Amino acid sequence: MSLHATSPQFKENAHRALHDTQLQKALGNVRQNFIERRAVAAGNLPEFEALRDQARDIRDHVLAHLDLYLEEYERKVTEAGGHVHFARTAAEACDIIVGLARARGAKTVTKGKSMVSEEIGLNAALERNGIEAVETDLGEYIIQLRGEAPSHIIAPAVHLNREDVEAEFRRVHTHLDAGRDLEQPETLLAEARAILRAKFLASDIGITGANFLVAETGTSVIVTNEGNGDLTQLLPKVHIVVASIEKIAPTLEDVAGIMRVLARSATGQDMSVYTTLSTGPRRPDDVDGPEEYHVVLVDNGRSNMLGTQFQDMLRCIRCGACMNHCPVYHAVGGHAYGWVYPGPMGAVLTPSLIGVDKAGHLPNASTFCGRCESVCPVRIPLPKLMRHWREREFERHLAPSTVRYGLGFWAFVAKRPRLYGLATRIGMKLLAIAGGEKGHFRSLPFAGGWTQYRDFPAPHGDTFQSQWKKRNNGR
Amino acid sequence: MSAPESPRVGLFATCLVDLFRPSVGFAAAKLLEDAGCEVVVPLQTCCGQPAYNSGDRADARDLALNVMQAFTGVDYVVAPSGSCAGMIKHHYPELFAEDPGLSARARAFAEKTHELVSFLTDVMKVDRVKAKFPRRVTYHDSCSGLREMGVRNQPRALLDTVEGLERVEMKDSDICCGFGGTFAVKYGEISDAIVTEKTKNVGSAGASVLLAGDLGCLMNMAGKLSREGSAIEIRHVAEVLANMTSEPPIGAPRGKTA
Repeated sequence: MSLHATSPQFKENAHRALHDTQLQKALGNVRQNFIERRAVAAGNLPEFEALRDQARDIRDHVLAHLDLYLEEYERKVTEAGGHVHFARTAAEACDIIVGLARARGAKTVTKGKSMVSEEIGLNAALERNGIEAVETDLGEYIIQLRGEAPSHIIAPAVHLNREDVEAEFRRVHTHLDAGRDLEQPETLLAEARAILRAKFLASDIGITGANFLVAETGTSVIVTNEGNGDLTQLLPKVHIVVASIEKIAPTLEDVAGIMRVLARSATGQDMSVYTTLSTGPRRPDDVDGPEEYHVVLVDNGRSNMLGTQFQDMLRCIRCGACMNHCPVYHAVGGHAYGWVYPGPMGAVLTPSLIGVDKAGHLPNASTFCGRCESVCPVRIPLPKLMRHWREREFERHLAPSTVRYGLGFWAFVAKRPRLYGLATRIGMKLLAIAGGEKGHFRSLPFAGGWTQYRDFPAPHGDTFQSQWKKRNNGR
Repeated sequence: MSAPESPRVGLFATCLVDLFRPSVGFAAAKLLEDAGCEVVVPLQTCCGQPAYNSGDRADARDLALNVMQAFTGVDYVVAPSGSCAGMIKHHYPELFAEDPGLSARARAFAEKTHELVSFLTDVMKVDRVKAKFPRRVTYHDSCSGLREMGVRNQPRALLDTVEGLERVEMKDSDICCGFGGTFAVKYGEISDAIVTEKTKNVGSAGASVLLAGDLGCLMNMAGKLSREGSAIEIRHVAEVLANMTSEPPIGAPRGKTA
């Protein structure tokens, strides 16, 4: 795996995040904006819930027939004059792209936002081969300057505040007037745009991701808000699309259906500002477009998910609604999750891709509040899938032994109602006495994880069942 | 769904109520009896949710079987908890989905299981309670109750019939309190950050009493408010609806009355 995963240190990451005042300030924006906008957008569309069902069904249909659609897609791309490359692993995908770049003597590559390129560690692979990779999505550009991974799948720099961006631009753009005004988001945007414009013109290859790959036509579709995707794929001589295999949609009509829930779930927009379709290289009568068109289809563990409990995860259309609504994500942000995909979708997908031994914390770090599932446009049962990972961990004895033995003891007692009745009557009486007049504990042995932060309410004394029995003569 | 004239209701008290807050069990029984139900309390322990959510399906299945066995012969199973009722209603069928001998039984059992307040309003058609509580209260929507059992307006509607009670809404009442069962212990620091956000919203609501329908969430929020030195009192919604508020609030010193 190209990107080093810090998911095993999730707790330490979370601790740092919770004490990072700058980060906590930035996360405040996620808590408010995304949620309100989605609610308004969904509320304005009476058929929104039906559209979610439809989107789920389209995605399920694709996954059930993925082999057929991939072959059809490949045929259509080839007919349009493009080339399709299949990559089993991250390393293979990088090798293919680096190979294409080197064969064309490329010095500079511009990139549209692509999570799968983060997953395969493409920028590092290009840099290792002396090829400059320039992120052109504003958020991606900022985190590339900072040497960071995205902290959100659609808002990669959401962990930063305006002043953080200003500081970064002043640090890197040293050729510009030091006295310039960078107080407004607009001035920051203008500065990035001016710098990126030169990069676009110098670019040898443009690399984009894909929101959809249309089997019917061999078209790749990206949705963006900044227009950088268009410049990335139209200006250079070569356009490379890198996408994971499950991005297939059968027809353009299916794409239109899913798009009705995508932007609404993501940012609360009815549609993203740009929806760009590309089919093969420039044709003789086209006014512009690349001379070469390549698609690199990345598996990297996904085909192993097909036919398993985790297949539903492959329905994901990467809108980010789950993390936008997640109280744990709100508390710790995306970097704490320690790899490419954060939040609830990351808690399910990451163990599939890098192993549950490394990413085991992620599906556990959820309260199962269910808010993610309640907003997922393709109705992925995220808590259920996280629970499936917990089952795998339990089977493999990966869960912490204190939790395992504690729960095992509880289950042993709870399975024996008479023993339970006796033990709890005695236990609660003792706890009630120990609790004294305060009515709560400030610390309790074996419950330090609780009492470090909260008091523990003391019981009354006798149990409900015991009292009920006395009052009702055992009815 | 049409209810029998005087349905026989098995009260699933939940282990937290059984152990830590018996008054909620008695309040639930009173509300059910006032609604015309015959209430029985079969010998019971835990619904199995802690095991289930920790990946231990075998123990969860054993406990689920015990519950189904204990509650045979009742028309309904009612729990003063959206979380435990949700476990039975949604997850028992899933636990036995691939067991041809038990899946139909689990589904039928799920079918007759309800969360207390929504059972009162939706099945027993209770639209008012005889209770007095002259306090300003705010209600927290526990996650499972809200998202698995559809409990949202029902407790608010009944609370609005309590004499003297003034109900105010807190910001983000539908956002998790950070409890999450073992999550609160395994990831105590994150849980603390989430419950801190919650108590901030509770504090800003201007209520002197915080109510909810799930004891797990209540103990978490009560524990945090107590640690923060807050004077806000915490109770299960059933206690107020049943007019049984003589017990000190959750986590409060004994002898102190509401």
